[in-house]
Amino acid sequence: MEVHGEVWTLKELFVYPNEYIYWSVQIVMYPFMTGLVAGAFVLSSLYHVFGIKQLREMARFSLVLSFALLLAAPLPLLFHLLQPTRAFNVFLTPHFTSAIAAFGIVFSGYMAIVASEIWFVYRKHFVTQALLLRQKRDRSLAESLLHLLYSVLTLGAYDISEEALRKDEQAIRWLAGVGIPVACFLHGYAGFIFGSVKANALWMTPLMPVIFIMSAVVSGIALCMLSYIVVMEARRRRVSDAFAPYQMTREQIRGVELQEVTITARYLVFFMIFAISLELLDLVFREYTALKSWDILRRVIYGRDFLNIFILQYLVGNLVPFALLLLPRLTIRRAVVSLLLVLFGVFMMRWNVVIGGQAFSLSFSGFMHYHLPIVPHDLDTFKEGALGAAVILVVPYMLFWLFGKILPVFEPEETH
Amino acid sequence: MLTRRAFIRRVLQTISGALGAASVAAVVFRRRAAANTKTARWAFLVDTYKCVGCGFCVKACKLENDVPYEANATRTWVERYILTKKGELLIDTPKGARDGFISPNVQLGKNTYREVKPDEIAKAFFVPKLCNQCENPPCVQVCPVGATYQTEDGVVLVDRKWCIGCGYCIMACPYGVRFFHPVYRVADKCNFCYHRISQGMKPACVEACPFGARLIGDLSNPSDPVTQYIMTQRVGVLKEDYGTKPQVYYVGLSKEVR
Ligand code: SF4
Ligand code: SF4
Repeated sequence: MEVHGEVWTLKELFVYPNEYIYWSVQIVMYPFMTGLVAGAFVLSSLYHVFGIKQLREMARFSLVLSFALLLAAPLPLLFHLLQPTRAFNVFLTPHFTSAIAAFGIVFSGYMAIVASEIWFVYRKHFVTQALLLRQKRDRSLAESLLHLLYSVLTLGAYDISEEALRKDEQAIRWLAGVGIPVACFLHGYAGFIFGSVKANALWMTPLMPVIFIMSAVVSGIALCMLSYIVVMEARRRRVSDAFAPYQMTREQIRGVELQEVTITARYLVFFMIFAISLELLDLVFREYTALKSWDILRRVIYGRDFLNIFILQYLVGNLVPFALLLLPRLTIRRAVVSLLLVLFGVFMMRWNVVIGGQAFSLSFSGFMHYHLPIVPHDLDTFKEGALGAAVILVVPYMLFWLFGKILPVFEPEETH
Repeated sequence: MLTRRAFIRRVLQTISGALGAASVAAVVFRRRAAANTKTARWAFLVDTYKCVGCGFCVKACKLENDVPYEANATRTWVERYILTKKGELLIDTPKGARDGFISPNVQLGKNTYREVKPDEIAKAFFVPKLCNQCENPPCVQVCPVGATYQTEDGVVLVDRKWCIGCGYCIMACPYGVRFFHPVYRVADKCNFCYHRISQGMKPACVEACPFGARLIGDLSNPSDPVTQYIMTQRVGVLKEDYGTKPQVYYVGLSKEVR
């Protein structure tokens, strides 16, 4: 009879008998996802709050993407729980000394902010669509359903006069402003979940929440830029296929795209510098103070996890894209490569924290290896294996696609 | 005829009457309960000098507490420490020492062993481990739903019907005593055999140990021999620097012990 975690854990030297890798790939996915949420939101707020005009296109896009990611963010936790049907207990008897207990509250609060911001941004669209469909005679079933949907989405607020729209703008700015600290809190708090585990020598540092927020912003911006490029490229292709006179030519789209990407890349680099400095500070500090745990940590960091930490995370995931983004005359192709590497780097950072933190025994005298289950042979190896992680990556995009059906996420627009 | 107002009044009277009676009853019963059982503070005393590593305690625990015999998880275990004359420290606990230490070779990995000859050994000893029923238990602190909780007499318990299986408590325990029960799929750990001690019996491991290396006591009772020993003799606890205030006391701890 197998204990949970036994299949993917390989022990070496002296490890306590009940120790296994209990927090596996889904707990890597969880901060990765919430990080993307927070980052995407911060990016969209840069436009709404600070009025960085050049980010207009990206802002609308990021907001909706952030919402899609947000809806998918509890999934990794659900996949991870051994009793997922009891997940609701967290709301019934939240035990507030636990960092996880507030998850439901922080999460729903944040969801409310993002949802209302989206509502204000697209309210005009809802109203015009609802009115348009209402006027239409003999609607098809689909159109009737759409009419119903849009009417509900207006929430009965049909006033789209100049004055009303100006008020909307105000509300958006306000929500985006409140959203930034809340987004940072949501993610910093994910960092706190790890940073406050005093039993774990690698996790326990007060820097953890800040490190998490910085890398979150990095990953969020990178994902938004990448998705933006994908969408714009698709649009460009559509223009060449159809002969209908579009508002923009292929060249124009390319121009806008490159401009947005170049500008956003500057913010990305800026946040990357912060993230890397903090991580290095943490490492240097540990090395310098050399507490009791440093002996085993050193063997993990410079030995067993050297490839993961220094080659994959720092070199491939940070240094290379950093250089690629900073070289003059950024091209879309170069941007895509660096963005993919940045995302990979942040993923590796999560991996090295979560899995690396369990790579050594609490006895400080042994090691544990994690073998990610690729081919599942039961529910556990599916949920907490490569397939389960893949599901988590796909779901937000399906949601995003769905939102794209009812919101003009991709069309250029005059307002906002 | 009952007017509406009279009806409502009567309903309210009935409810308040019932509530009043219930609260009086609650106070009375609580008093009586408190008077009957002065709260104990359970503590454990392990004498490592007496332990020979036979593993009877581990076996007894598995049977008593319904932890699958073959599963590689156990509520209590025994560690073997060997310090060689060359200064090499070797530690192992094959299957938690469920079957005792039958081989002189030390287990280093799943199927790797290190041969140890008797004349290589500088010192060697056994250390039984179990949940420390910490006075300041991090496992209780981190449980998001309150499924892990501390009783008044100081024992930390897990509510199997309420645990969501997040594993946060397993991560938070510095002693690695927790695991997921392979059948119930919720957090599990030693609870000093709470079902036995609260009935005046001894924990299964204490009963099973032929050498008296394991003892349970009540710290709130000054005449308890275990309490007296802890108060008057030199005892140690494990990993004190985590601030957990462990309540398993050890005789003959050594700096090698992890
Ligand atoms: S030893 Fe571990 S499981 Fe037991 S009370 Fe302390 S922290 Fe909790
Ligand atoms: S695994 Fe169960 S007992 Fe442990 S923290 Fe999670 S809900 Fe609480």
